[in-house]
Amino acid sequence: MNRHTPWTRRIGIGALAIALVAALAFVALRTGPLAPIKVTVTSVQEGKLNPAIFGIGTVEARRSWMVGPTMAGRVLSVRVDVGDTVKAGQLLAEMDPVDLDQRLAALDAALARAASTQAGAQAQVADATARRELAALNAKRNQDLAAQNFISPGALEGRLQEKASADAALQAAQANLNGSAQDITRQKAERAALQQQRGNVRLLAPSDGVVTSRDAEAGSTVVAGQPVLRLIDPASIWVRMRVDQGRSAGLVPGLKARVVIRSQPQAPLQGQVARVELLADAVTEERIAQVAFAPTHTDTPAATATVGELAEVELQLPETASSLLLPNASIQRLQGKTGVWRLSEGKPAFVPVRLGTSSLDGRVQVLEGLKSGDSVVVYSQKALTEGVRVQVVDALVKGSTP
Amino acid sequence: MISLAGRDIAHSWSKFVLTGIGLGLLIGVTLTMAGVYRGMVDDAHALLNNSGADLWVVQKDTQGPYAESSSIKDDVVRSVRGMPGVAQAANVTYFTMQVQGADGDDTRAMVVGIESGQSGEPGYLVAGRQITRGHYEAVADIKTGFALGERIRIRRHDYTVVGLTQRMVSSGGDPMVFIALKDAQEAQFLKDNDAIQNDRTRTANNPAFNRPGVPGLLDAVQALQSSSHSVNAVLVQLAPGFGPEQVAEPIRRWKHLQVFTRAGMEDILVAKLIATSAKQIGMFLVILAIVSAAIVAFIIYTMTLGKIREIAVLKLIGTRNITIASMILQQAMGLGLIGFIVGKVAATIWAPVFPKFVLLLTQDAFTGLIVTLVICALASTLAIRTALQVDPAAAIG
Repeated sequence: MNRHTPWTRRIGIGALAIALVAALAFVALRTGPLAPIKVTVTSVQEGKLNPAIFGIGTVEARRSWMVGPTMAGRVLSVRVDVGDTVKAGQLLAEMDPVDLDQRLAALDAALARAASTQAGAQAQVADATARRELAALNAKRNQDLAAQNFISPGALEGRLQEKASADAALQAAQANLNGSAQDITRQKAERAALQQQRGNVRLLAPSDGVVTSRDAEAGSTVVAGQPVLRLIDPASIWVRMRVDQGRSAGLVPGLKARVVIRSQPQAPLQGQVARVELLADAVTEERIAQVAFAPTHTDTPAATATVGELAEVELQLPETASSLLLPNASIQRLQGKTGVWRLSEGKPAFVPVRLGTSSLDGRVQVLEGLKSGDSVVVYSQKALTEGVRVQVVDALVKGSTP
Repeated sequence: MISLAGRDIAHSWSKFVLTGIGLGLLIGVTLTMAGVYRGMVDDAHALLNNSGADLWVVQKDTQGPYAESSSIKDDVVRSVRGMPGVAQAANVTYFTMQVQGADGDDTRAMVVGIESGQSGEPGYLVAGRQITRGHYEAVADIKTGFALGERIRIRRHDYTVVGLTQRMVSSGGDPMVFIALKDAQEAQFLKDNDAIQNDRTRTANNPAFNRPGVPGLLDAVQALQSSSHSVNAVLVQLAPGFGPEQVAEPIRRWKHLQVFTRAGMEDILVAKLIATSAKQIGMFLVILAIVSAAIVAFIIYTMTLGKIREIAVLKLIGTRNITIASMILQQAMGLGLIGFIVGKVAATIWAPVFPKFVLLLTQDAFTGLIVTLVICALASTLAIRTALQVDPAAAIG
């Protein structure tokens, strides 16, 4: 048996023991509570922000119409269908007139009868005129005879009375004639009113537009005010956007907008804020604004957006003045205070800061609390505490170096 | 004086080391099991820590939002903000669901609806940024496997992953996905399109809601059905100088809501929610520890039995009993030490591979070391007893 073998074995055992202890020490120091927390840092730098407002909304038509009857009735016919382009004044649908035509015919007959009555009255006037003229001649002749005492005064009085009667008869006939003319005027007015009603059952397009929905078919009964057809003006399509009140600072009409509609996420549309509504939604805590598309898009509205479609809107605000900037991932909240972990001599210390506006890409203005060039923790493996051991690395997740 | 134990180990060191490594793997499994148990408890604590809340305001007579479902209106937060001692109050929703990644694979995740800049927001990130847009952005836990910039699908909307975080898990260990509160409210109560269509038809067929003389009533009813203004809980941060109970009591009494303090929530999560599964793991841990102890005892016992002739020779040449006993004890202790180191290293190496969090505590490791050495010492007494009873004549048999 070789005398040296135990020595090499001892060395082997020793090496093994050292390796085991080293592994234990490594494990103890690199994991668990004794291990340093890996962090990434950034230095605070001056820069400008391009803040923006983000909101979502639905595509709506600014001008839309609900076309329906003003009185309850049955739909007789619907002449247009969804998608049809209509001109102002075009007949879209007709309600059942029921007895309106018959009532018109009755009024026509009544008018004809009134005309006949008028002719009769005219004839009566002519008759009364002739009688009056005869009575006047007779009276005059008898007056002359009475003046020469050829006839008795009683005979003259009889003639004079005849003349007065004939005058009265003419006046009566004249009044009768006037009455029949007034009757005709009344009948005509009544007919015109009925004619209006007859015209009202014809539903006409109030303006140029496109039919978006056909809510009733021929034969169905609708009440007054219930729509039969709905129209929109396709040139007036805009987006009704809702913005969280807390992030709506700077929302004014005229801001340039970038609109992404759900059906075409790859092709953003241009637009601008046309109106900011004075009333905000108190329940959803949102403000409401309307974004009109740029003129180039409204030429082909059907190709760009459909009404009711979801849209994401990004409004570009003016560039801010130069100030200190930080990524928002570095902002922490500790015991109700907003601040950052500043690295001084390799140890993190919590520094309260006051923040300004932020941009959608996650950068935020620091107004107070830091100075340019300060080293600030951005990402950390776990929540930091004051003075904890940290190890600064380039990135915590592979392939995500900022 | 020469070390008998060292000499004996050196004589067959490879056998000794291999036995030690085998034992070590067994100890590693035991330590890992303890780590799994600790991980479960820590998941519950992580959930509470990450919410950043001091008080949880939930629906009356429920133990929400984690253990039971709770639903309160989203304007309750305003009245809570007005209570004395409340520094901050924020709405939050939680619901566990399958989230679809860009490659079409589902990941089980807890979707959390947060108000940005309020408690409930992830406290720290490992990549990317916090949510800046009011809609359709998400911050995901790294365990979900989502990458920055990935488009994930929750119900019918696509969300862009803008930030990654770590150790943000539900009490069940599901990784969290943070989205804006309004999106979450919609996603939580949004039905699929077929269900919505069916509901619309059902409402339209109800003569009470579809009256011919009242145009617009049906539309109003249907709009009402599809909107949601509920949240699961309100997270409250206390103003300095106020105790949790001091703030909780008036809210319970006057707002008719259930309020849990941190201690109460821990009790619900640790003592009630994960109690059964934790006991299950604990039971398994106990059995594993007993089995490990038995195996250690048997190994040392058989190791001694294998050397029975040599021990007889030692006795024959007049070696004292104490020397023989200390040799066996030293060997047992050495075996235990190697086993413990190997086990600790192995557990540390394979712990991150586990799908759920495995927390290896230093105090558990110390307890493990002491228990291992005690078991080894106890096991060696059995072997020592046998060795001392050996008849020296057996050496020449």
